[in-house]
Amino acid sequence: MIKDHKFLDAKASFCLDIAKKLGATDASVTIGHGVSETVNFRNKKLDESNRSDDLAFSIDTYIGKKKSSISSSNLLDDNLKNLIEKCFETTKNTPEDEFNSLPDKNLLAKDIKNLNLFDETHVKNEKKINYLKELEDTASEDKKIINTESSFTENKSNYLLANSDGFCGSFKKSSFSASCVTVAKDEKSMERDYEYSSKRFFSEIKDPKVLGKLASHQTIRKLGPDKIGSEKLSIIFDKRIAKNILNAFAGAISSSAIARGTSFLKDKINKQVFSDGINIVDKPDIIKGLGSRNFDAEGVKSETLNLVEQGILKNYLIDTYNGKKLNLKSNGRAGGTTNLYLENGKVNFEKLLKSNSKSIYVTETIGHGSNLVTGDYSVGATGFLVEDGEFKYPVSEITIAGNFKDMFKNIFLANDLDFEYSTNSPTMMIEGMTVAGK
Amino acid sequence: MLMSNFFDKSDLVRKDAENIVSDTLKNCDDGELYLEDSKSESIVLDDNKIKSSNYSSDLGFGFRAVSEEVVAYSYSNEISKESLKNSAENLQSTLKSIKGTYKSEIPKSNKKFYNDINPIEQKTLNSKLEVLNKVNDYLRKKDRAVKQVTANFLGEHKSIEIIRSGGEAITDIRPLIRFNVSVMLEKNGRKETGVYGIGGRQSYDDYLKNDNWKSVCEEAFRIASVNLESKPAPAGEMKVVLGPGWPAILIHEAIGHGLEGDFNRKKTSAFHNLMGQKVASEGVTIVDDGTIDNRRGSLTIDDEGTPTERTVLIENGILKNFMQDRLNARLMNTRSTGSGRRENYRHVVLPRMRNTMMLSGNQTQDEMIKSVDKGIFAVSFGGGQVDITSGKFVFNCTEAYEIVNGKIGSPIKGATLIGDGPSILKEVSMVGNDMKMDPGIGTCGKAGQGVPVGVAQPSILIDKMTVGGTKL
Repeated sequence: MIKDHKFLDAKASFCLDIAKKLGATDASVTIGHGVSETVNFRNKKLDESNRSDDLAFSIDTYIGKKKSSISSSNLLDDNLKNLIEKCFETTKNTPEDEFNSLPDKNLLAKDIKNLNLFDETHVKNEKKINYLKELEDTASEDKKIINTESSFTENKSNYLLANSDGFCGSFKKSSFSASCVTVAKDEKSMERDYEYSSKRFFSEIKDPKVLGKLASHQTIRKLGPDKIGSEKLSIIFDKRIAKNILNAFAGAISSSAIARGTSFLKDKINKQVFSDGINIVDKPDIIKGLGSRNFDAEGVKSETLNLVEQGILKNYLIDTYNGKKLNLKSNGRAGGTTNLYLENGKVNFEKLLKSNSKSIYVTETIGHGSNLVTGDYSVGATGFLVEDGEFKYPVSEITIAGNFKDMFKNIFLANDLDFEYSTNSPTMMIEGMTVAGK
Repeated sequence: MLMSNFFDKSDLVRKDAENIVSDTLKNCDDGELYLEDSKSESIVLDDNKIKSSNYSSDLGFGFRAVSEEVVAYSYSNEISKESLKNSAENLQSTLKSIKGTYKSEIPKSNKKFYNDINPIEQKTLNSKLEVLNKVNDYLRKKDRAVKQVTANFLGEHKSIEIIRSGGEAITDIRPLIRFNVSVMLEKNGRKETGVYGIGGRQSYDDYLKNDNWKSVCEEAFRIASVNLESKPAPAGEMKVVLGPGWPAILIHEAIGHGLEGDFNRKKTSAFHNLMGQKVASEGVTIVDDGTIDNRRGSLTIDDEGTPTERTVLIENGILKNFMQDRLNARLMNTRSTGSGRRENYRHVVLPRMRNTMMLSGNQTQDEMIKSVDKGIFAVSFGGGQVDITSGKFVFNCTEAYEIVNGKIGSPIKGATLIGDGPSILKEVSMVGNDMKMDPGIGTCGKAGQGVPVGVAQPSILIDKMTVGGTKL
């Protein structure tokens, strides 16, 4: 059972009281509890079961402009008291920083909307096992599939944030996730691919048969890849990869990167950063949304932000500390984006595939090749050669490279946006990237 | 007191815990109660200020029962009679038909590869802050191109106890520290960063004596300066010379992961059917060693209690051993190599690397560079990643140069290198005589768990690799 609001609230008040008695001028506390149950299958047999029960506590204590933090998983009153005393001592010895403070009171979230993020359904282990059986039976129908691994996780959590300015907000969340990884083999090669589904409500996750079929199909079609020559080509990013490009953009407009001067998008506010038709939105109040929230990690209300309008950068992602450094108000993005997405393009998927006589459709990238200081991008990739809109053959052991500054201005989007993740993009094409192969 | 008494402030007495463990694991193949108490700190200077000072204390247990291929795991951060009983019930309900017969005792050893110290308490907060501020002043005074400096201390003290069926208890105390400096330079509108760090299982001052923080600053500054002059990297297949030390993350990604027991038992590794076969050029010997004093990847015992060892993975080109934990060793009819590791009590044990090293050969780096007409010389890397099944791996250069007609040319921009794990070591045509350990900064990720690791290698020449630059 998930600890209720009353339990979390009592712990938080206890902590704030101690901090106040010690002499902290301000304090902010979080208390969380999460229970998670996972069942793993491998080759149609039970492989692992996992249950976790996690308590978490953290506090920031302030003495004027001095601040330090402590966190722990042990919520016994004795331990909390000891740790807060230690935290207070450390704060005394930490130098002042003029930008340290709790968020402005008038920015704190007041009306807490019901975003419908919690499904009470408890999926018993037996039901999880049945789901995975059905999934793996479908996934392994084709003889080329030699290994299947799948997993079902149910997560429930409750989280409360309170500060000495009187803010106290909490939210309960659930998530149900199923995933399947399959390995396929032929004479020449062995390949792996996957599919997964994650939702706030159990009733909405993908049918096990559909999930299994997708995983198996996506793996088998990768068999027998070729390496191709090095040349400039347009790259079409599958939706599951396109979202990573959007996340890199979000990293580059975080107020911390901007304030520190370590982003290639510094000083680009109100300037053309993407091609004309591109709109990027961060929308926190999608009902049942995977990234939905009423307030950010500091209690500041999160409202819909148009980050990019018609290619022009309109907003950074701002928290209190870095906002003060930049002389800007927090827009409720401490802890990052919420439901971030690129709006649909004008053409359908088939048209996008056909827009160049030759392109690479990328289904997976590996490596950490995004440099947000310079904008340089270079990653390993696997996918398919596409000619005149048709998938010709799988390609692997290639890299794709470019610079985000140019890549963003050469983005074309399909009109197939859906909300499978917390960050979502339609299928994305970027022209003029360098492919390195043979 | 450095070793935690996990039953000190709990209603759970040791005898009860032992009984619950013995009862639960009675008919299982394996399992244990793993208790962990860890303290960690992170102190960060950034943008001319002490940006954060965090301390964290984490206490909990993980209870594991293994029967045949099935692992049941339950953890909690409440050490109490009730929560241990709940976990035991959860394990029993998962393992409905238990048929355990495995009787492999944990080997004993008195060797220790690091001291029982708590690095966090060994240096005062003020003296840590002083070093960070000195780093900031030193770098900003050094050159006007310095526009940003980040420096941080990370310290950890972890105390663990493993209780096995029958009451056998095994303990370890694991100190770990890291000190990092990152510097950004800006010149003529270009920005580049350089990052360098040091660390291991000793106290902060062991690493910082003789103002050693200055050499860390110099190295970060040097890398950033080199990159300010960098030109676009070439694209395509070419020869690659790797420098000694940290570039061995190529070995870690390309070969190491593929030799972990679980992927080979499941036959999902590209290496699973290559035992005893030639997988590398002659002269290539690779070991995974948990026994080097004070190294970041070293462990006195692994997280199942098995003493670590020096495991020969590839000897003179021939595949000799996989890295094993107890589960995979049992199922593959071999013994644990002391490679069973977990990030913390929240996670199950997996076979993992410790310090993965390619041993020295006879050639010099000079000879390698002279032999290359067109290629690149890679000195330092950011991170890497591998697809175990296809064997394809990548890593990102953070300092690299062109080689033209046997001479080192201009520095080139960060590019990804991609290769094929099972074939890359056959492309190694020269092995240097200059093996070096990395500076003690590596963290390896697998199945969502990060563990500290080390790498080492001499300079090597790879005859063919794809360089992912932008210049055709």
